Amino acid sequence: MSSVQIRDVRKSFGNFEVLHGVTVPIEDGQFVVLVGPSGCGKSTLLRMLAGLENITSGTISIGDRVVNNVQPKERDIAMVFQNYALYPHMTVADNMGFSLKLRNAGSDEINKRVKRAAEILALSPLLDRYPRQLSGGQRQRVAMGRAIVRDPQVFLFDEPLSNLDAKLRVAMRTEIKELHQRLKTTTVYVTHDQIEAMTMADKIVVMHDGIVEQMGTPLELYDKPDNQFVAGFIGSPAMNFLKGHVRVNGVATFEGPNGVKLPLKTAPGASDGLPAVYGVRPEHFTIADDGAEAEIVVVEPTGSETQVFAKIGGEQVVAVFRERHQFNPGDKIRLKPDPSLVHLFDEATGKRLNA
Amino acid sequence: MADVAIPRAKPQMIEANAWTQLKHNRNWLGFWFMVPAMAFLIFFLAYPLGLGIWLSFTDTRIGRVGQFVGTENYEWLWDDSIFWLSVFNTLLYTFVASAIKFAIGLYLALLLNENMPFKAMLRAMVLIPFIVPTVLSALAFWWIFDSQFSIISWSLKHLGLINQNINFLGDTTWARICVIFANIWRGVPFVAITLLAGLQTVSPSLYEAATLDGATRWQNFRFITYPLLTPIIAVVMTFSVLFTFTDFQLIWAMTRGGPVNATHLMATLSYQRAIIAGQLGEGAAISSAMIPFLLAAIMVSWFGLQRRKWQQGENND
Repeated sequence: MSSVQIRDVRKSFGNFEVLHGVTVPIEDGQFVVLVGPSGCGKSTLLRMLAGLENITSGTISIGDRVVNNVQPKERDIAMVFQNYALYPHMTVADNMGFSLKLRNAGSDEINKRVKRAAEILALSPLLDRYPRQLSGGQRQRVAMGRAIVRDPQVFLFDEPLSNLDAKLRVAMRTEIKELHQRLKTTTVYVTHDQIEAMTMADKIVVMHDGIVEQMGTPLELYDKPDNQFVAGFIGSPAMNFLKGHVRVNGVATFEGPNGVKLPLKTAPGASDGLPAVYGVRPEHFTIADDGAEAEIVVVEPTGSETQVFAKIGGEQVVAVFRERHQFNPGDKIRLKPDPSLVHLFDEATGKRLNA
Repeated sequence: MADVAIPRAKPQMIEANAWTQLKHNRNWLGFWFMVPAMAFLIFFLAYPLGLGIWLSFTDTRIGRVGQFVGTENYEWLWDDSIFWLSVFNTLLYTFVASAIKFAIGLYLALLLNENMPFKAMLRAMVLIPFIVPTVLSALAFWWIFDSQFSIISWSLKHLGLINQNINFLGDTTWARICVIFANIWRGVPFVAITLLAGLQTVSPSLYEAATLDGATRWQNFRFITYPLLTPIIAVVMTFSVLFTFTDFQLIWAMTRGGPVNATHLMATLSYQRAIIAGQLGEGAAISSAMIPFLLAAIMVSWFGLQRRKWQQGENND
C-alpha cells in the first residue's frame, strides 16, 4: 500500500492536449473515484498511472518514487479493465496466477495465493473453468481476483461495472467496496456513473474537459458544489437550474424566469440585479403557501418517493417527495425551495456565489 | 330474441393426396434448394475424383479405352525408382517450403500488426506475389535462374565473388533450392495476410493486461499471441500444405521436373506419364497415390488442432 501523487500532469496526443495540468493527491489506503462525462480524460489519466500511456509533462509518484519512466510491470500496480481482459485460453486459476508465474513464483506459492484470493471472491468452485463458461459477474470477479493475488501497492479500476446489468452492478459495487474495506489497498476507480462515485468513494475527483472541476468527499461535493458543472453532474435526479437575477430590496430574493420570486437566505457580495443561476436539488422543495406557483406536467411514482415534474415560470423543474401526494397533471401547486439549501452560481463563469 | 340461424360454412375436408402433401413438405422444398449445390459438387468434384481413381485401375491410354487391370499400375509404381524419387521430392518440397513459409509469414504478420508509417501500403505490397499469375512469376524466376542470363550470376560475377555462372536449374541441388525458393516467394503472402487477420482479432487489452502482469514482449507472444493464434495457424498451414503438396504450375514452368527428375513432384510426374506419354492409367495411379498423403495432412489438423477446450462451452455474452 502506498500513496499516489499526481502533480500537474498533462497529456497531448499530437498537438491536441487532452489533460491540462491535473493535480490529485491520493492518500495511502484511500478509495478515490475519478468521475466525469466521456472524453473528460479520466481513463487517460488512469492509463498514465498504469504506465500504458506516456506522461507528456508533470509527475506521477507511487509511494516516494516518481514513476514517469518506470515500466508498467515495475510499478507494482494491478488493473481491472472494462472488458475484464481475461485470457480466454487460460482457466480461472491460470488467469489469476499468470502474474505470479511470470515472476517465477513457485507453484506452491501460486496455488496458495490463488486459493486465498478465490476464497475472498467466492470463486473456489470455478477455478478450473474457462472465461467463456462464466457469467458476466463471475468474469468481473476473476478480473478482481487477478488483481488481488498480486497484493499490489495500488488497484486501478477502469469502468469495471459498465458491462454488467443494473442489478448486478449494484451488487458488485457493494462487493468492491467491501473488498477495499478488507484489504485497505489504495484504489483509483474510474467511472462515468456518479452514483457509483457517490456510493464507493472516500474522495471523488470530478473531471471535465481535461481539468479537475472539484475534489472532495461525496457529501462535500453534493452539499457544496464549487461550480454549476459539479452541481449538475452529482446527484440524481439532477439539480434544477433557473436563470435570473439577484434582487436586494431589504430582503434578498431571486427573480427567476418570468418574474417568479424565489427565496434567498442572504445575498452574496453582489450588487442588485446580478445575473445568476439559481440551483435547487429536487428533494429541497417543499409544498408551502408562500411558494412559487407551479403547474404539474408529469408525476412519476417510484414507490419510495415520487418525482414530480412541474413548470415554474415556464421552466421545467423536478421535485422529489417522500410523502405520497395525490397530484394530477395540470394541477397547480406551490413549490418552495429551502433557502438555506439553495445554490447560487455566476451565470457567466458557473462559479459558486453563495457561501 | 329469436336465434338467427347463421348458415355455417362447413370446413371442406379435402383428403390430401400424396402429391399435395409433398408440395407442402418443407424437407422436400429444402431438397430442391440443395440440388444446384449438390449437382455442382457431384459433377465437378466427386465425378472427376471417382473417374481418376477408376482410371488408375485400368490400362487406359490416350485414344484407347482401357481394361480393368486391378492394382497392376500400383505394382509397377512400387518398383519404379522415379516414382519414389518424386514422392521424396514432394515431401521435401512440402516440408521445407511450408516450414519456411510459416516462419516468414508469421514474422511478417507480427511486423505488419505493429503501428508503423505506410502500414496500409506495406500490407498491400505483401500481397503482390499472390496476385501475379503463377506462370508469369515462374517465367520471371526462370530468367532469374537462367544458366546464361541469370541476374544473380551476373551480379555475383561483377562483385568478383564467382568466376563463372551458377547453373541454377541444371544442378540437382540448386534446382531444388530454386523451385522451393520460388514457391516460398509465392506462398508467403497468403500465410502472412491470414495470420495478420488472426492477430487483429486479439484484443489489445489482453496485451495491456499481460504487460501489467509483468510479461516481456517475448512472453506476450509466447503466452498470449501464440495460443490465441493456434486455431488460425492450423487452418492456414493445412491449406498451405495442401497447396504445396499438389503444386504443378510452378515446377512445370520452371524445370519440367528436371534435371534428372530432381524436381519432379508427384503432380508433374503424373502429368508427364498421363498426358505427355499418354499412359492415362499409370498417371492416374500416381495422382491417386497422393490421396493418402493429403488425407494424412487433413487428419493431423483435424485431430490435433480442432477447436480447443477454451473455445468451447457456453457463451454468456
